[in-house]
Parts: sequence; C-alpha cells; structure tokens
Amino acid sequence: MSRRRNPWVLPASLFMALLLGLLPLPPGLQPFRPFWLALVVAYWVIEDPDRVGLGFAFAMGLIADLAFGGLLGEQALRLVIMAFILQRFRSQLRFFPVAQQALAIGGLLLNDRIVSAAIHVALGVPQLPWAYWLAPLIGMLLWAPLYLVMDALRFGRKS
Amino acid sequence: MSSYASSPAPRPGDVAGTLRLLAYLALSCALVVSDHQGGWLSQFRQQASVAMQPLWWLAGLPSRLGESMRNDAATRTQLAADNRRLRNELLVLNAGQARLRVEAVENARLRALLGAVEQGSLDVQLAPILDVDQDPTRQRLLLDAGSRNGVRIGQSVIDAGGLLGQVIAVTPLTSTVLLVTDLEHAVPVIIARNGVRLVAYGSGRADHLALRNVPLSADVEIGDTLVTSGLGGRFPPGFPVGTITDLQPDDSRAFLVGDLKPASQLDRGRDVLLLRDVVVPVTTADLEAAAAEREAAARAQAEADAAATPAEGADAATPGTGDAPPADAPSTDAPTPAAQAPQR
Repeated sequence: MSRRRNPWVLPASLFMALLLGLLPLPPGLQPFRPFWLALVVAYWVIEDPDRVGLGFAFAMGLIADLAFGGLLGEQALRLVIMAFILQRFRSQLRFFPVAQQALAIGGLLLNDRIVSAAIHVALGVPQLPWAYWLAPLIGMLLWAPLYLVMDALRFGRKS
Repeated sequence: MSSYASSPAPRPGDVAGTLRLLAYLALSCALVVSDHQGGWLSQFRQQASVAMQPLWWLAGLPSRLGESMRNDAATRTQLAADNRRLRNELLVLNAGQARLRVEAVENARLRALLGAVEQGSLDVQLAPILDVDQDPTRQRLLLDAGSRNGVRIGQSVIDAGGLLGQVIAVTPLTSTVLLVTDLEHAVPVIIARNGVRLVAYGSGRADHLALRNVPLSADVEIGDTLVTSGLGGRFPPGFPVGTITDLQPDDSRAFLVGDLKPASQLDRGRDVLLLRDVVVPVTTADLEAAAAEREAAARAQAEADAAATPAEGADAATPGTGDAPPADAPSTDAPTPAAQAPQR
C-alpha cells in the first residue's frame, strides 16, 4: 500500500481546520463549534506518526494561538497533551472500530476542556460559559465523518 | 516500530517521549505566563500576526460575500422603501442638528467667555469590522483597517452608542481593538449627573462592565449614566460608557461594587468609528472646576426655588440686597474720574 499518496492533504487539512475555527458563526451556535484543529491533529498523530508528533502539535498550537488571538501557548499546551496521550495509546486506537475511536476522541476533547479550564483558573482569566462544554460532544460525533473523508482524500478514491 | 509492542515495562522510547512532553509543557507554560503578563512577547506577537492576515481575510470572506449577495438581491421596492425611510430620518436628524448647531455656537461663546480649552469637532474615520470569531474568552475585535489606512495604536474606538474600546495592535491591513468589556481594560469615568469620578473595569463578558471600590458615601445611584472623564489622556472626555444597573456592598462592606450595562452596541458586521483627533488631557482641576460650577448652579437653582416660594416680604428684601452693590459701584467709581478730569 503506498502511503502518502497525496502529500498536500496534511497542510491543506490543517489550514482548513484553522479556517473553520475562525469562520464566523451565529452567536447562539458559537459554543458548539468543535475544536477542529484537535480533531485534525489527532487524525494525523494516529495515522502518520512519522511526520506528526509532539513538536508538530506544539507548532500548530502556536499558529492557532496567533490566529485566534488567544494567550500564546495555550492551545499549544492543549494540543501537546492530547498528542502525547494519543501517541501512548496509538497502538490500541489504530485497531479500534471507528465508533470506539470516536468515544476515545470524545474523552480526549473533554480532557482538553478540563486542561483549558485549569489554565484559565491558574491565570485568573474568566471561564467560558457552560454551553462550551458541549463542544466535545459535537467533536465526537464529527470524528467518524472526518476520519472517512480524510482517509478518502489521502489514499484517493477506493475502487 | 516499537510503539506497536504493548509491553507494560517502560521502554527507552517512552522515557524519551515523556521527557519531550515535559519540555514542551514547560515551554508552553512559560509562553502562556509571559504572554499573560505582557512584555516582549507582545512585540513578537504583533510581528507574527502579520502572517495571519491572509487567514483572517479568507475567514471573513463568507460574511462579506453574504453581505454583498444580500445587497444584490435587494429588490427595487425594498430599496425605494429604504430610501424613503432614510430620507425621513435625515430630515428629522437635520432638524435636530440645526438646533444643536445653535447650542454649539452658544456653547463655544460661553467657553470663550470662561477661557476654557476649545474642544474641536469630532474627526473620525470609519473602519469595518472583520467578521471573524476569535478566542471567546477575550473581548477583542479585529478591524479591516490597519496602519496603511492611518490607524495608530491608542486611538479610541466608538460607535453610535458610546465608547467601544481602544486600538492595541496594528498590522498593515488589520488592527486589534481591546473592548471596554475585556478583563484587562479600565476606563476613567465620571457620573454625568454630578461629576463623581469612578473607574469602569471590564468584566470579561460582552454585556457587562464593573465598578469596584466605590466609597459608600459617594453619590452613586442605579440608573446613573457614566461618561468618559478624559483623565489619563487616553480617551477624550464626554463619551457615554454605560449605565449603572446594580449596586451592592462588597465583601468588606466598606465599599460598593456595581454593574454597568455598556452604552456601545457591539453588533457584528457593522462599522466602528476611530477617533482621529489628539486627546487633550484633562486634569483633576478642570473636573473640580466643572463640579464646583455645577454645584454653584444647583445651589443658585435651589435658592431661586426657595426664594420663589416665600411671601412677598422676603421677596422684596432679596432684590434690595442684590441691587445694592451694582447701584453702589457706579456711584463710587464714576465720580472719581469725572472729578479728576476737571482738576487736570
């Protein structure tokens, strides 16, 4: 099986994830915006560990912090933690069915919210409203479609 | 690859991975803390955010396209109706403006009489908001105008309702506005009613400002309107900041804390105004003079009210005492030159 048939998928998917994070949503829907970047980075950590590791997650987090105007390093911290846990359990996760993977990703995204809340508490920055805790759920539901689309893009159409 | 094996014993790869994790964690924590405290990192940040401009532009594209499509799809009748409504509004506003102009002229004359500092008319620049969702914990706004359009750091930003914030970072094509509601923002204000000086702090939430450490004895009431005082020289005086919606004693029971509803209506996809004119710093002496003036006016008003109510006897006495000095003055002053003139 020839891997990396489409080398542009990696940068393009990350760019799209950043864009989806910035895209204006109606104020009522804003809390439900999934952490797109985390989903995409998680995919690459699981699928292509040679190219995407902790350093990559850190760099992407920094870029995201610059783009979103948040505290520099916050998303880098969150993504590094997520990438590390994914690397540890990669061997198991890889052979999970997609539904089970989605559950694991949901748990990671929830953990990511907790990390973010902890950073806010430590710095005395105001917390996000409770509705933002629903975003991991949306991310979990989006994992399966994202996984399938990314696989299809990466390996071309399977006949 | 070693990661395929799932043995419970720690492998060298795991240890190296953990060390790398710790290194990255330490690095990002250091970044978070130093960015939170501000300093050299904000310089770097400003440089780096130039690279983010295409991304912002692209992310703002859908809403811009939607706007232009809505405009294109507007029908003739709709445009005609809009036109009529706007014409009517213009008429009403013009009528009001004419009255205000008279007041402004009178105000200028009175100010000239008082020898006060001339306050120039508003010199503003319209800047569109770049419709992009950034970090929801921070109350910031991205404008689609940068240093190429003449935006400078420190400019005050207002909208039709009142003060919105100030420009804190400028790149060639975009600029960042720190809103008055941001946790890091504070603006010196006075109560429009009586000139009591306060500071309005951001609360980190979009619809809410806070007052802290208000003395219990201060004349502050729910419903009071706060305007910028101009102290500190950052903001020009006289722009509405908010209305007090709640006041209660703080934990120590020695001060009051208050809630404010911001005066500006931050509506996305609209334009904001950047104030161009140089802010004339106001000193406390100016404010005290203004307060004293107000107080004197209030006292005079109260005396006039009190004088109007009593019987005729008291009424007759007041003009007598009031008239005495002016009547006296000419009689003492005028004769002296007149008397001196014939002698020479």
